Amino acid sequence: MTMRRIRTYHEVDAPGSAEILDQVLEQRRRLERRLASVRRVVAVASGKGGVGKSALTANLAAALAAHGHRVGALDADLNGPSLAAMLGADHAPLRVDDLGVHPALGAAGVRTISTALLLRDAETPLRWREPDDGGFVWQGALETGTLREFLADVAWGELDYLLVDMPPGTDRLAPPLLVPKLDAAILVPPPSEAARAVVARAVTLARDAGIPVIGLVANMCAFVCEGCGRATSLFPDDGARRLADAAGLPLWAEIPFDPPLAAATDAGSPPPASMAQDSPAGRAILDLAVRLEHEIRPTGGPP
Amino acid sequence: MKFLCLACDQPMSFAERRLPGDGTMAAVFGCPRCGHEIAMLTNPMETQLVASLGVKVGGRTVPGQPLELVRGSLAEGRDNAFDDAEPPPTAVRWSDDARARLDNVPSFVRGMVRRIYTDYAREHGIATITPEVMDRARSDLGLEGM
Repeated sequence: MTMRRIRTYHEVDAPGSAEILDQVLEQRRRLERRLASVRRVVAVASGKGGVGKSALTANLAAALAAHGHRVGALDADLNGPSLAAMLGADHAPLRVDDLGVHPALGAAGVRTISTALLLRDAETPLRWREPDDGGFVWQGALETGTLREFLADVAWGELDYLLVDMPPGTDRLAPPLLVPKLDAAILVPPPSEAARAVVARAVTLARDAGIPVIGLVANMCAFVCEGCGRATSLFPDDGARRLADAAGLPLWAEIPFDPPLAAATDAGSPPPASMAQDSPAGRAILDLAVRLEHEIRPTGGPP
Repeated sequence: MKFLCLACDQPMSFAERRLPGDGTMAAVFGCPRCGHEIAMLTNPMETQLVASLGVKVGGRTVPGQPLELVRGSLAEGRDNAFDDAEPPPTAVRWSDDARARLDNVPSFVRGMVRRIYTDYAREHGIATITPEVMDRARSDLGLEGM
């Protein structure tokens, strides 16, 4: 018995009759058009949650803005959004016009988008409309689509830096999940024995993704005594530097835990550069901003 | 995704999309040579899966709106999250019952839905948007739940 021949997908010389691929390609082109006005895209990522990544992103964004740069901050942590609150972004309705959705303005004029600006209130979890017999098979697709829209549909305007506060998990750096052109990644490891493996995984994925510049930032790495000023490391055995050496990464900053700075950030007021000079953590963040400017200078130099 | 008419060995063309409102979808494809038609029927999960990609089976006929996927999919959006600019001046009118139906759309997506239906009417030369036009647009555009 002879099996009849049916032409394969690639043998049929016609556009996909469901037109899916064309739409996906158009989505990609729309994203690229939007990002054409963004000079540098920087991901702030960690292998685990609770490392102060969002607070670092908020303060770094404010520091870069204080240096005269045009800065955007995208909260990619859709399920645990805190960046908009830390930047003090107002909850005025987001203007929608032919340019897209205009971002909220936060501290130092940082342009911000986050699911926190869209949800009913601060206690409402991110939930999607689902069929009654649904499951979670499409949740990943919806989250990826949301991030694509945050990048492509928000009227960012001209930006020197767009910081992307990534959700916890090293896998989020894998291409082509999120951002097509990441210029740099800041990895924020947890201060624990698990850090070495976490950083190793993140570095592997970031390098596979072709991210050209990767730096390590040890956040909340030490506690500074307010009385005597002595710093006690929270990374075992000076682990931050050893961690960076083991991963072959530069250690861009060591930022001690700083309760007043943390409180100000939680209140939506990351301290301006002038005030940040007053604390070791503030100075470390300002130094990190300078380091970032040096590592990935906006094309054509700072405005 | 392509559909091949085996009798003619011809790729079939997208013809029509229907959303009956129960989460399912019917997409009709026809053979340009012999006219044979088939309907692809998707259950609510499959319909949602395609929608989650931000694409429409059969393609788009009006441009995508900003944050269309988010606004159409978020379960508990803030009522005043968006301040939608009025659509550009147009000759398209809204009938009273169509406007009443639009007013029942959650405000989180209402401005976007208004723009989508207005664009649809303009592109199809429709002078007045009625509930029937809204139903047809919803199916044509694959606007499940709008």
